[in-house]
Amino acid sequence: MNFETTIGLEVHVELKTNSKIFSPSPVEYGDEPNKNTNVIDWGYPGVLPTTNKGVVKSGIMAALALHAEIERHPHFDRKNYFYPDNPKAYQITQHDTPDAHDGWIEIEVDGQKKKIGIEEMHIEEDAGKNTHGNKFSYVDLNRQGTPLIEIVSKPDIASPDEAYAYLEALRQRLLFTGISDVKMEEGSMRVDVNISIRPYGQKEFGTKVELKNLNSFNYVRKGLAYEEKRQQQVLMSGGKIQQETRRFDETNGTTILMRVKEGADDYRYFPEPDLPALNISDDWINEIHEEFPEMPGSRRDRYINKLGLTDYDAMVITQTKQMSDFYDKMIELGADAKMASNYLQVNVNEYLNSKQVDLDDTEITPENLTTMIKLISDGTISSKMAKKVFKAITEGKEPKQFVHENGMVQLSDPKELQPIIDQILSDNPQSIEDFHNGKDRAIGFLVGQIMKQTRGKANPQVVNKLLMQSINK
Amino acid sequence: MNFLDKSIADIHTALVNGDITAEQLTVEAIQNAKENEDKISAFITINEEQAIAEAKKIDEAGIDSNNLLSGIPVALKDNLLTKDILTTAGSKMLYNFKPIIDATVVQKLNKLGAISIGKTNMDEFAMGGSTETSAMKITKNPWNLSKVPGGSSGGSAAAVAAGDVLSALGSDTGGSIRQPAAFNGIVGMKPTYGRVSRWGLIAFASSFDQVGPLTRNVYDNALVLNAISGRDEHDMTSSDQEVPDFTKDIKAGVKGMKIGLPKEYLGEGIDEEVKQAILKAADIYRKLGAEVEEVSLPHNKYGVAAYYIIAPSEASSNLQRFDGIRYGYRAKDAKNLEKLYVKSRSEGFGDEVKRRIMLGTYSLSAGSYDAYFKKAAEIRTLIINDFKKVFKDYDLIMTPTTPTPAFGIGEENDDPLTMYMNDALTIPANMAGLPGMSVPAGFSKDGMPIGMQLLARHFDETSIYKAGYAFEQNTDFHKQTPKMGGAK
Repeated sequence: MNFETTIGLEVHVELKTNSKIFSPSPVEYGDEPNKNTNVIDWGYPGVLPTTNKGVVKSGIMAALALHAEIERHPHFDRKNYFYPDNPKAYQITQHDTPDAHDGWIEIEVDGQKKKIGIEEMHIEEDAGKNTHGNKFSYVDLNRQGTPLIEIVSKPDIASPDEAYAYLEALRQRLLFTGISDVKMEEGSMRVDVNISIRPYGQKEFGTKVELKNLNSFNYVRKGLAYEEKRQQQVLMSGGKIQQETRRFDETNGTTILMRVKEGADDYRYFPEPDLPALNISDDWINEIHEEFPEMPGSRRDRYINKLGLTDYDAMVITQTKQMSDFYDKMIELGADAKMASNYLQVNVNEYLNSKQVDLDDTEITPENLTTMIKLISDGTISSKMAKKVFKAITEGKEPKQFVHENGMVQLSDPKELQPIIDQILSDNPQSIEDFHNGKDRAIGFLVGQIMKQTRGKANPQVVNKLLMQSINK
Repeated sequence: MNFLDKSIADIHTALVNGDITAEQLTVEAIQNAKENEDKISAFITINEEQAIAEAKKIDEAGIDSNNLLSGIPVALKDNLLTKDILTTAGSKMLYNFKPIIDATVVQKLNKLGAISIGKTNMDEFAMGGSTETSAMKITKNPWNLSKVPGGSSGGSAAAVAAGDVLSALGSDTGGSIRQPAAFNGIVGMKPTYGRVSRWGLIAFASSFDQVGPLTRNVYDNALVLNAISGRDEHDMTSSDQEVPDFTKDIKAGVKGMKIGLPKEYLGEGIDEEVKQAILKAADIYRKLGAEVEEVSLPHNKYGVAAYYIIAPSEASSNLQRFDGIRYGYRAKDAKNLEKLYVKSRSEGFGDEVKRRIMLGTYSLSAGSYDAYFKKAAEIRTLIINDFKKVFKDYDLIMTPTTPTPAFGIGEENDDPLTMYMNDALTIPANMAGLPGMSVPAGFSKDGMPIGMQLLARHFDETSIYKAGYAFEQNTDFHKQTPKMGGAK
């Protein structure tokens, strides 16, 4: 029997705003517990929420990134449940009128492009955090009220690889809008996954199984792949899939039963009476549209088609908006497209990795890196010298000045090089003879002698050219 | 001294002229309130120290002759947050709760130099119409100590009626300012929803709750509403509608006004004496040059049913925060988290509050939401449309405030439905967010006050005050004073 797989993803993304969604407390992590809270975050009697306009704007940004229909008069709803990290005992969310609906994003798997539908996207508040000690449990409300968006996919994802590609595409698009850091390892992106399978041709979806503890895109893919196989085996052996929640086990890549679901939770949703419905005008949407940054897909097309980068190079450069913006700036300043791409991918990335720093926190700028690349292009310095220059850049030095001060200027002028070459040739008649007898290695020896004579400053390309001319005379 | 025959302007003049200091006034008001406590029990807390300290500050700074509220003693319903002063909302759940912030209305009154002498008794979390559901004490009606003062702002109304203070703030979710005002023969205004900030008002039903003043006369009421109105950045449901000076045209009279008299408000279940008082009031308005005509509000009769679904639904959610963890009552010896929740709430809340939490929880449940909450919300729209239609042609609507005058203490305790029907005439204004005021309009044979309710378009409290003032000037019901007797 053949099966088809249906995967649903619910992605929570933390928005990067200064203050919380319904209170003026700062959104900051790592501070002492409950420092960034006020009466609103505590669920104090008599307090009221106030909607942060910046969050609504980020929501519109996200909706644009997802090609989704924007709801013009969304209201908030209360989702009721008791838990100590949820001090009001309700979460303010959007149940009835999500911020946006019916969007899509494009993914690519094995060179095949596919559109994945977005069912809906809404904004809501995050809960606090409980930690459990020996005798007591502790509640930290610093995270309480952090703005989130939740993005729910349509049942279009048909394989673990597509799920991976969807998450990557989603991450990149949201990252490029600048509304979130979208980092799974830091919790600013969280993924809930469900998967069902059904025999080909069957109309109804199979029974859904939810997967938890998927802390990276890779785990999502692995967990789904395992679960896909497990469900097939159950059905093939005549069994039935039950509606359950399973936990991904990182150590052996399997899924383990956590609990069987019996009926849905009743959150008693109803419209939040403390917050009037929002009014999202055309003007506002247009305004946000105008500052909407170019998305990674469009940048990749530009890099490949206009700047001649390979697919791979374009993909690496668009991993982050920072890198891509940096690259665009270098092109604008006149850097060679291919060289700029190489330096970013190799030298810059190596440096960032070794120092564990962010591009923004270094001395490297589009200006100084472009200057260095131009010095290479016009033959002023060799790529070998460039290594020293790059190091100088990372130490905050201006490349032209550094090259000048350290006498690093390359000898490229034939008038200066020819006498040296003539001298070396007359000193090494044996090598000339070897060359004419077909021993190419002789050239290497001669170049080496010339480089030695010039203390490495000779431009190797010019030396090669002049040497071949002279030796063949 | 009490304030039974004085207006805010009278006292203000005495303060400006130096006939009395704010401190003396406060001391006397507190003295008086304390003496009356034995009879009517209007206060949960009397802020003796803080009030006298504030009054001294006012005296030192000097009475501002342009600020009528400077140095004026007032009282606050105990569901308004007062910094460092016990705020219980009439519940055991908050028996020890001293807030760290003031409600916006409290801040506004403080800024103007009004002196809050105490926090008044109320039905627990404002749920009730007799102040009998308070976990703290039973407040009595100054007109007859065997009768209820109404509710839920019963303490505020009784304190004003007894002359303890010139004004008290109440809150009105389904009639909780207007009904006790009617039962106590005083003036009580529920402003338009959004006119007054709800920040710092312990929520009962958020889409209905509104803070408003109770006073002995209409002019004073307008003065206090002036002080507490306006947009508040802490309350997104507060309106940025301009706040007029409600006293400015208050004496303009009702000539040419069109007043609707809804037939549904004078029919079945309305006490004959109450009905007659309202018909007489209609005649007075006609004599004063207003046009009074019968109108119809056909869907208003569903108001009680719909209200007792929506309000408890909102309340069931609003009251979830009282879980024994961060403030207020915490049950002892709870073995785990769930038991802590269940025990604290079981022991902290009274019967009426529990009844409404259950009603609301049920109405919002997945299986009953469409049949109850959603249906009730649709009825709410029909009621709003009823009013819209009438207010196309009429400036005001006049009705009885309550079907009957004040009932006896303990009389309706076992019958929540009868108790709920007391709100039938006041609930529709909350459903539609309209302003409504009760003014004294007569007395029953056994001497209990009868109230008339005036309703107007959204944000047109001005018309209500005009009509209320004109009525007051041509009647003397508001000049009667309670005997503070009649206890069984």
